[in-house]
Amino acid sequence: MFRILKKEVLSPSVKLLEIEAPRIAQKARAGQFLILRVNKQGERIPLTVADCNRERGSVTIVFLEVGKTTRLLGNLEQGEAIRDVVGPLGNPTEIENFGRVACVAGGVGVACIYPICRAFKEAGNEVIGIVGARTKEFLFWEDRLRAVVDELLITTDDGSYGRQGFVTDVLREVAERSSPPDRVVAVGPLPMMRAVCRVTKDYGLKTIVSLNPIMVDGIGMCGACRVTVAGQTRVACVEGPEFDGHDVDFDELAQRLRRYQDQEREALARFEAECDGRC
Amino acid sequence: MLENGGNSAERKRIIPRRVPVSRREPKERIKDFEEVVRGYTPEEAMAEADRCLQCKQPHCREGCPVGLDIPAFIALIREGRFDEAAAKVREENLLPSICGRVCPQENQCEERCTLGKKYEPVAIGRLERFLGDYELDRGKDVPEPAPPSGRRVAVVGSGPGGLTCAADLARLGHAVKLFESLHMPGGVLVYGIPEFRLPKRIVHAEIDTIHRMGVDIECNVVVGQTVTIDELFSEGFDAVFVGTGAGSPRFPGIAGQNLPGVQSANGFLTRVNLMRAYRFPEYDTPVRIGRRVVVLGGGNVAMDAARTALRLGAEEVRIVYRRSREELPARQEEVHHAEEEGVKFTFLAAPVRCLAGEDGRVGRIECQRYELGAPDASGRRRPVPIPGSEFIMEVDNVIVAIGQGPNPLIQKTTPDLEIGPKGTIVVDPVTGATSKRGVFAGGDIVVGTATVIMAMGAGRTAARAIDAYLRGEADPWANWKVKVR
Ligand SMILES: Cc1cc2nc3c(=O)[nH]c(=O)nc-3n(C[C@H](O)[C@H](O)[C@H](O)COP(=O)(O)OP(=O)(O)OC[C@H]3O[C@@H](n4cnc5c(N)ncnc54)[C@H](O)[C@@H]3O)c2cc1C
Ligand SMILES: Cc1cc2nc3c(=O)[nH]c(=O)nc-3n(C[C@H](O)[C@H](O)[C@H](O)COP(=O)(O)OP(=O)(O)OC[C@H]3O[C@@H](n4cnc5c(N)ncnc54)[C@H](O)[C@@H]3O)c2cc1C
Ligand code: FES
Repeated sequence: MFRILKKEVLSPSVKLLEIEAPRIAQKARAGQFLILRVNKQGERIPLTVADCNRERGSVTIVFLEVGKTTRLLGNLEQGEAIRDVVGPLGNPTEIENFGRVACVAGGVGVACIYPICRAFKEAGNEVIGIVGARTKEFLFWEDRLRAVVDELLITTDDGSYGRQGFVTDVLREVAERSSPPDRVVAVGPLPMMRAVCRVTKDYGLKTIVSLNPIMVDGIGMCGACRVTVAGQTRVACVEGPEFDGHDVDFDELAQRLRRYQDQEREALARFEAECDGRC
Repeated sequence: MLENGGNSAERKRIIPRRVPVSRREPKERIKDFEEVVRGYTPEEAMAEADRCLQCKQPHCREGCPVGLDIPAFIALIREGRFDEAAAKVREENLLPSICGRVCPQENQCEERCTLGKKYEPVAIGRLERFLGDYELDRGKDVPEPAPPSGRRVAVVGSGPGGLTCAADLARLGHAVKLFESLHMPGGVLVYGIPEFRLPKRIVHAEIDTIHRMGVDIECNVVVGQTVTIDELFSEGFDAVFVGTGAGSPRFPGIAGQNLPGVQSANGFLTRVNLMRAYRFPEYDTPVRIGRRVVVLGGGNVAMDAARTALRLGAEEVRIVYRRSREELPARQEEVHHAEEEGVKFTFLAAPVRCLAGEDGRVGRIECQRYELGAPDASGRRRPVPIPGSEFIMEVDNVIVAIGQGPNPLIQKTTPDLEIGPKGTIVVDPVTGATSKRGVFAGGDIVVGTATVIMAMGAGRTAARAIDAYLRGEADPWANWKVKVR
């Protein structure tokens, strides 16, 4: 059992949990993820390690409540426990001094980009953070990010905070600058990562994306997470989750993400019916 | 009348046919996941044991990968001395209730049975299962371990290889910790082989016994990621056994293999067995199976996937295999069960590509016919495609069961471990020692996919070598040299 040390509500459907998991806390690096199972009947779901504290032996996850498992997770309180947590899984982000790096994140991806920004900064890069949220309400971790980037550019869809528009609008401007980024890293919803790749392709900027296929075991045994990259089948949990975004077959990935949609809806509907709107 | 295998002094009455075992009717059993084959009762077991000729030169024993003293335990069953019989089995086989169910006896002990030359061989597997279940039902005592050696061993992977190695080392007095990456120990026994062939309560009971022998089990640890082998040594372990198995699914490399609706057998079976998706929505993990299912491959994994698909409600399940019926690598009994349950077979055919239907999911599969040519390296006739023989089948799901490769994570993060060309870990077959001092390996991670009993045998061999190494009696690295093929 893995105890919850702290819980925070970051935005209407985004929550943070700090979980006691000493082994993972010792090892996790930027870009890696963990897989957890809330209870005995639970499903295994992957979530990025957004932060870790070696002294406290804890890891932090930040998640958007989209379905039954993330809702169950969001209902847990400090002092309660999660049945299984395993990690760190996947490869860490390739961190080097590339010079200037643009880190782009949308939605809950802001939590995933934070450790990546920090690692790039520590490696001596100039880091430009570009983050997008639906509205001001959905934005979180602004000050955390500010502390680890050289420049932070914020967009909201409705203009309630920062610039109105999408991260790709800002990214395009950054790419047009006299000294464009040497590398772009994008983490967030699939359509956003795909849009980022379209922009950077025009400018010939190498772009790394962190893919989020459906996973079960996370150690290469089920094949659920396979993606096509540069025409090759790759196992995202072992060979990824980060790949060169210009090589990723996003259409296929989007389709594969939808393959249990009916059951996911059913599970959520039952969950909501059972808790009678109280959760 | 047949003589007693030609080598026994007294003549014995021949009983040509086995005591039948009861099986559930195909029509009934495909509606649920309950076990198909029921076990012998004590009376049936004694009657079957009575068929054994007690050959002076028991060939059955030569056919057993771990050299079980088969005639001895059968003689004890015949006399109704079940506890002693079970103890005899456990001298060489830690998991009789499991092996009795899943070993390919027809290619091993039973194939060599003297009686089997003319009549039905003694049902050695069923007798073994009887003893295992008999003990489990009565809650068996755990063997007294040797005095503590003060040495600590880490065992990585809790499949049959790791479990056996851990149990043997604990019995020899070492402090053993078993690390498993999944949330539940058991390896293929829990995530791969379905409930209707190997009930999970049996696996859990066997693991519980090993736990009571003093083996500490920590799940949710991926060695290579959570902790490296070198870090295990710094944590204070004196030796490491790697039994991480071969679960990494192969895909045919054809167009459309990543379409939704095309999945690996391992992924499909993991959802159903480990995650209990067949009990969705009580359990949260979903599984989706359509009306028409094609399974690619011809081994046990393919049979298990096909029969599982039927139980989840598929109407037509077809196995497509590129060789002929004679070459099917699956156990005969399982092929027979699959056919009884209505699984169809297309032999001498292999897929060319998968095509999407209107909804973007797989809708059709194109295959090509094959014929058998000259024998290949495995001695089996090589299947050769027939040009222009392509044909198309409508499908809702394709399940790929064409083999698995070794799990890669330890090899990836242990640079001083010698790796074979196919990604397996290279060991000295006599001791199981790898190229890295203090590290041993065995089971599917060394040989590629094999069998439960082979993995157990490898775990036991390594346990003996680890014990000798820790006591300073033998150093496998004094002249470690293995030729990599
Ligand atoms: C390596 C990796 C890291 C991830 N990190 C995070 C993270 O830090 N924070 C976070 O909120 N989410 C993250 N995800 C996504 C997260 O795993 C899913 O949101 C979660 O599995 C949904 O489970 P559920 O039962 O709540 O919803 P479900 O009922 O399973 O699904 C509800 C909806 O979410 C979609 N969905 C399901 N699985 C995924 C998925 N893997 N990715 C995207 N959408 C999905 C479904 O299509 C469906 O529309 C990550 C995914 C991966 C593979
Ligand atoms: C569907 C199916 C049906 C089969 N049917 C039969 C049959 O009828 N008869 C038969 O004899 N054989 C059968 N086999 C083959 C048999 O199951 C295997 O040969 C046997 O289980 C191998 O045992 P093992 O101990 O080497 O590894 P496995 O049983 O594969 O166990 C390895 C364990 O190691 C864990 N692991 C992997 N990597 C790590 C890591 N880095 N850190 C920690 N843990 C890790 C895995 O999660 C797994 O639990 C079948 C296999 C399958 C898949
Ligand atoms: S999650 Fe199973 S192979 Fe990647």
